[in-house]
Amino acid sequence: MKPRHKSVETRYMEERQAFFDDLKKLDRRSFLKVSAAALGITAANGLVAPTSFQPVKLAYGATPEGGEKSFRFAYISDSHLYEKDVNDRFARSLMRAVDDVNRLEPQPDFVFYGGDLAQLGQAAELELGAQILKNLKVPLKIMVGEHDWYLDMGEKWQALFGKPTESWDHKGVHFVKLLSVIEEDFWTARGMKPMERMQTVAGLDNGVQKPFTVGPDQRAWLKKDLEKLADDAPVVVFSHSPLYKIYKNWNFWTDDADEVQAILKRFKNVTVIHGHTHQMLTNRIGNIHFHGLLATAWPWPYAPEGMPELTVQMTRPDPFNPQDGCGDGEVCVYSDGMVDKIHNFWNRNPVTVTRAYMSSRGRQSGPAKPNRPAY
Amino acid sequence: MRKNTRSVLLAALCAACAAVLWATYNYSVAADCDAGIQSVAEVAAGKVGGKGLADAHMDQWKRRNPVRSKDWVAEEKERHKIQPPADNSYLLKGEQGKGHSYGQYTELDILTWSRETEKMVVEGSRIFHSATELGSTVAVSCDMCHPDAANTHPETYPKFQAQMGRVALLRDMINWCIEHPVRGKRFEADDPKMRALEAYIFAQRKGTPLNYGKH
Repeated sequence: MKPRHKSVETRYMEERQAFFDDLKKLDRRSFLKVSAAALGITAANGLVAPTSFQPVKLAYGATPEGGEKSFRFAYISDSHLYEKDVNDRFARSLMRAVDDVNRLEPQPDFVFYGGDLAQLGQAAELELGAQILKNLKVPLKIMVGEHDWYLDMGEKWQALFGKPTESWDHKGVHFVKLLSVIEEDFWTARGMKPMERMQTVAGLDNGVQKPFTVGPDQRAWLKKDLEKLADDAPVVVFSHSPLYKIYKNWNFWTDDADEVQAILKRFKNVTVIHGHTHQMLTNRIGNIHFHGLLATAWPWPYAPEGMPELTVQMTRPDPFNPQDGCGDGEVCVYSDGMVDKIHNFWNRNPVTVTRAYMSSRGRQSGPAKPNRPAY
Repeated sequence: MRKNTRSVLLAALCAACAAVLWATYNYSVAADCDAGIQSVAEVAAGKVGGKGLADAHMDQWKRRNPVRSKDWVAEEKERHKIQPPADNSYLLKGEQGKGHSYGQYTELDILTWSRETEKMVVEGSRIFHSATELGSTVAVSCDMCHPDAANTHPETYPKFQAQMGRVALLRDMINWCIEHPVRGKRFEADDPKMRALEAYIFAQRKGTPLNYGKH
């Protein structure tokens, strides 16, 4: 039966949707006109703001910094799922992220999952993750994290999700996905069972494990894969660990990062997107731009050393506020290979790390400074 | 009834009781040897004697505290970075031992202090990193958010926590975390596990100036 009248909320939501739909059709200049007019109307009506939030990106097409905005993809990362009946909280968080992404309008071209879908690499955990991620409306690209791998050395993960290393082209941008969490064998000599090995790797501050590497095989593969590309080709690389060195004790670190960077050096712009660190993390080495992903499970504290200069830290998470510091996000890719990185914090305002901030080496359009810095 | 008859009957009753008790005790010791473990509750219900009770308690303690490897301290120190306690070897130098009641310090004193203190901190690290020891119902342990006890800032307590409606000590925040993210049962303030957790968290912030009340 059709409702006879629309509630205040329904009308409000409809008006808001129409407002945003219209805005999307505008270029930047007319957007300013419209928003000024809207502000005037709301002020005249004695209202505050038309909505409680502002859209992050509206102007499509050419940008003042040059380069065309090509497309955008969403990201979800680090859900650390246990089995459903062991821990429901982490599963709920991943479901929340999937809902977030499914609500994006227009839908992103694809969703990138940044690794550590499971906590202990168990079949039931990975299957639960696959089951939740199946609800995404757009295609999924997924990367391996160390928590997915070290129980059965990737057997179940590969059965569910395919290759851990691959490359593809999307709308003129070359994407590469690496397995960057390869550790030297520390388990055989100690006679560890698979679960002991997994639990050792799963402890961030566990000193028995070895540093992460990409390894010589993948480096050779990467070199060959990129061979055919021109120096000004846009390249985006996904790696679970940051492809640089922050703090070895927590494996915020890739041991052969220098060698990998040497392969990427010749390109005009390279964007590296990594999981593992569960925080806002930004770095630039030469023309390689690094962005960390937020986790859905829990936020990590910032490492006690090695913090990159460009990183604007996120406000320290509030322990009394469940899921604070967690979230998901979007990445707007430009035709020159640079990105706007949008962190969609669940309990905070979204934060964008813009390409202008990156290309000006932090001089322009920086994200907001934290109002509660780390201790 | 005559007085001496009554005495005889009383004596007989006592003898009977003693015999029953004796038999019960012998039986229970035998039963304990045969059947092995008995729960403390069973023992308390009066089925066995004093030795049985002591054994049952010991047995329960052993079940709750499984045998650790002889090198558990070294093993835990290999797994997790532990800040060492202060070095007190300076006490062995110069005119030490004069003007205080402790007498002469020996190397054994210094060794005992540091070994015992560190052992408590290492025990804290073990609990901090174990969802089982913490009694988590969701397999969550402290280190999942606080690697190397980072971001626990014990130096900022006591401080007023509006969410708790009172001034919180470090142990109140530990218990808050145990009840909420860890979803376990809070520890008493003098629970050995709570004491060990506090010891580990303080130890990891060695060198940080105290700054109580900081938000």
